[in-house]
Amino acid sequence: MRTAVILLVLLAVAAIPGSVLPQRGVASNPVAVNRFYLKHPDLAPWLDRMWLFEVYSAPWFAAIYVLLLISMTGCVIPRCATLWREFRSPPPKAPRHLARESDFHEFTVADPDPDPDPDPDPDPDPAGAAGPPVSRDGAAAAALDRAEEHLRRRGFAVVRAPTEVRAEKGRVRELGNLVFHLSLLILLVGVAGGRLFGYEARAAVVVGGSFTNVVSSYDAFTPAPWMDPEDLEPLSFTLDSFDAEFEAAGGRAGEPRDFDARVTYTTTGGEGTAEVRPNQPLVVNGTKFFLTGHGYAPRLTVRDSTGDVISSGPTIFLPNDSVFTSDGVVKAPDAQPEGLALEGTFYPTAAPVQDGLVSVFPDQLNPRVELDAWTGDLGLDDGATQSVFTLDKTRLREVREVDGTVWSATLAPGEQVALPGGAGTVTFNGVTRFANFQVARDPGKEISLVAAILLMVGLTVSLAVPRRRIWVRESAVHETPTLEIAGRALARRALPPGEIARVAAAAASPPAHSPAPQPNASPPHSQETP
Amino acid sequence: MNFFLDLDVARLSDSLVASAMAVLGLALLAYAADLALRHRRTRTEPATAAVLAPASIGSSHDVRADEHAAPETAAADDPNPVDGASREPERMTGRAGTSLSVLGVGLLVAAVIARGFAAERAPWANMYEFALTGSASVGIFYLASLRQAPVRAMGVWVVGLTLLLLGLGTTVLYTPVDGIVPVLDSYWLVIHVAAAIIAGGLFTVGFVATAAQMVRARRRRSTDSRPPAVDGASDDPFAKVAHNAHLVAFPIWTFAVLAGAIWAENAWGRYWGWDPKETWAFITWVLYAAYLHAQATDRRWARSAGWLAIAGFLSFLFNFFGVNIWLPGLHSYAGV
Ligand code: HEM
Repeated sequence: MRTAVILLVLLAVAAIPGSVLPQRGVASNPVAVNRFYLKHPDLAPWLDRMWLFEVYSAPWFAAIYVLLLISMTGCVIPRCATLWREFRSPPPKAPRHLARESDFHEFTVADPDPDPDPDPDPDPDPAGAAGPPVSRDGAAAAALDRAEEHLRRRGFAVVRAPTEVRAEKGRVRELGNLVFHLSLLILLVGVAGGRLFGYEARAAVVVGGSFTNVVSSYDAFTPAPWMDPEDLEPLSFTLDSFDAEFEAAGGRAGEPRDFDARVTYTTTGGEGTAEVRPNQPLVVNGTKFFLTGHGYAPRLTVRDSTGDVISSGPTIFLPNDSVFTSDGVVKAPDAQPEGLALEGTFYPTAAPVQDGLVSVFPDQLNPRVELDAWTGDLGLDDGATQSVFTLDKTRLREVREVDGTVWSATLAPGEQVALPGGAGTVTFNGVTRFANFQVARDPGKEISLVAAILLMVGLTVSLAVPRRRIWVRESAVHETPTLEIAGRALARRALPPGEIARVAAAAASPPAHSPAPQPNASPPHSQETP
Repeated sequence: MNFFLDLDVARLSDSLVASAMAVLGLALLAYAADLALRHRRTRTEPATAAVLAPASIGSSHDVRADEHAAPETAAADDPNPVDGASREPERMTGRAGTSLSVLGVGLLVAAVIARGFAAERAPWANMYEFALTGSASVGIFYLASLRQAPVRAMGVWVVGLTLLLLGLGTTVLYTPVDGIVPVLDSYWLVIHVAAAIIAGGLFTVGFVATAAQMVRARRRRSTDSRPPAVDGASDDPFAKVAHNAHLVAFPIWTFAVLAGAIWAENAWGRYWGWDPKETWAFITWVLYAAYLHAQATDRRWARSAGWLAIAGFLSFLFNFFGVNIWLPGLHSYAGV
């Protein structure tokens, strides 16, 4: 148990750095570690060497929980054996000094009436059946019978010895405790299943566009070590529509209120349509598509100096803030006479400020796109992969006006602008929305769920059920027939309040017929534990 | 959709909160007076009643007062009749404190319900509502613990904490009634956060009772050679309340964490992602598990187990305030 306490405290402390330092593979901010490297170039490599950017998969973190689970198994399996024996053995004899137990009561069962009433106990009792007036032993035995019957009715395991009743209840608590601890091992299996065979990924899909479930369609794809990328669920879907609603007024204006994506999908099982919303993913055979974000894809048509369309259609611009000021790049390497690229910022609801535009609302109430242009070699032919969201400007020149100032244009939907020197034109045709899907498959999930249910049930039983023994014994020291009653809590829950008193009351008077307040017994008097 | 009606219910909720704070303020005064009277009486008439030493960490001169009181506490079964006259003012202030607490908590519950009607959803979707519902939860479990054991002496701390939470809620965290962001629009919000709030109320009561019990045990050790009992079988009413509160709170907190995981699976596709909020929920859980084990270990460890319960409570608090404010994560809840 000491080991358990120490290791549990260690585990708690070890989990802290991961919540303070940026972590790889934690979804909230994928670039946080890189940013930390830039900010603390000296410190970061050291932290990295100690796995502090991936605390929860660090060997030292694993060491703690593996040790904990080993120690737990070592502690709990022997208890299993003991438990099995205990379950099959009867409740043990009463301890010699009952008065040392908690909640000790002692009371006489002699009938204060001189009336030699026949035995009020309906049970044919060997002592009472003999017929003679109730002897000292007979009264006590009858009372013990009543206590026994009461305890049995209340679900106790009961053993009746000639002069005592031994009872025990709540052994299921130990079972609960075992189930709880062992469920932690099952949980580990479930977690490992996901960590070894699952994957997580992200994909942005433009309204009207479609998605095919292969690795190359994803913007980001993080497979577990033993996941086979060939093994992706065969499926494709088209994003038919995406709607977003925002709070229009008040202190929380601009907060999202509703997202709703409609898709038409094709799987091995056939076709169908589905509505995907937050908390309501598209689920195909355990692969889930969650709607986690959205943004705008301006439709820009670019013509080069010859008038040919060299780029058109929606281009995804990545949102930077909660009012969806978004940045994007349009690349046209085949433009004549040389490669052309546009760098733009999109404002869904533009408002003028001193030196340009800002967005003031996330919905598209007054969309504007602001563009710069670059010409030269876009560097797409040299084989190095390049993000579609950034521009490698090493071999590019910024497009300028004839007077040498940097060219830039702001367009509303439907507007067109000519590039300086007849280099071409750009038309802003309108805006399409895109939806971001977080995709996950976790083959260990069901196991974890089973473990969680066992954990919850086991824990509740373990903490809610008081395991206790109750003994009722005929006192050997008193002249009048006297019973001693005591209980002992075997777990850390005390005996249910009043339980001993109820046993005493039941022993003192026949339960069925008379709800009268124990007419033939002196009221049980409590005695302080010395 | 009657907008004006809703607005009025919202305003009603705000006024109920204000009245609850006023009433709880009075309760705090009554409890403080109760404490002060106890101190004075134990100082001047050390031989009167069996006294629950107040849970304050006293100045050196308080400690001296309790040195007088302690043998008296130890001899609680002494059949000397209690001096009724000198007890009277103490009991009145204490009873007044409790009655006012009942009224204050009642008003808080009404405020929570009104808030729910105004928002047309479960009233715990932002930090203000969490503070409001959380204070009601603390109040309810404090009153429930009074029915279990005579622990009124911790009333001043519980009511004080509740007022602090409400004060923060109505000033820094206040948000008018409003809709919620889509990801929170789920029945898991109702289940998961409700469990967290219930567990939080119990943890708070458990924390105050643990602290009180530890202070009392330390005082008693310095004046009494008898070995102190700290576990559930202890005769200290604060130990009993602390023990029960934690035993009930732990499975509920476990459920809150598991329900959160199920919800996360529903919303983001992974049930556990070591997001800061999840991490601190885990840390809290592990610390309380360590506390339960330490209590079951042996006397010496059991005596120090209280520190683990306190650490668990601090990490629970940090998860609510610290994580929301300093550690960015996925939980949209983080919106202060
Ligand atoms: C893996 C992390 C563990 C967790 C989360 C955990 C949690 C718990 C909890 C919540 C209880 C119920 C507390 C109670 O009955 O009062 C408990 C009881 C118990 N645990 Fe663990 N435990 C862990 C590891 C261990 C280890 C390593 C051991 C052995 C050294 C152990 C042995 C026990 C025993 C014997 C009990 C019963 C205590 C009693 O009868 O009061 N546990 N555990």
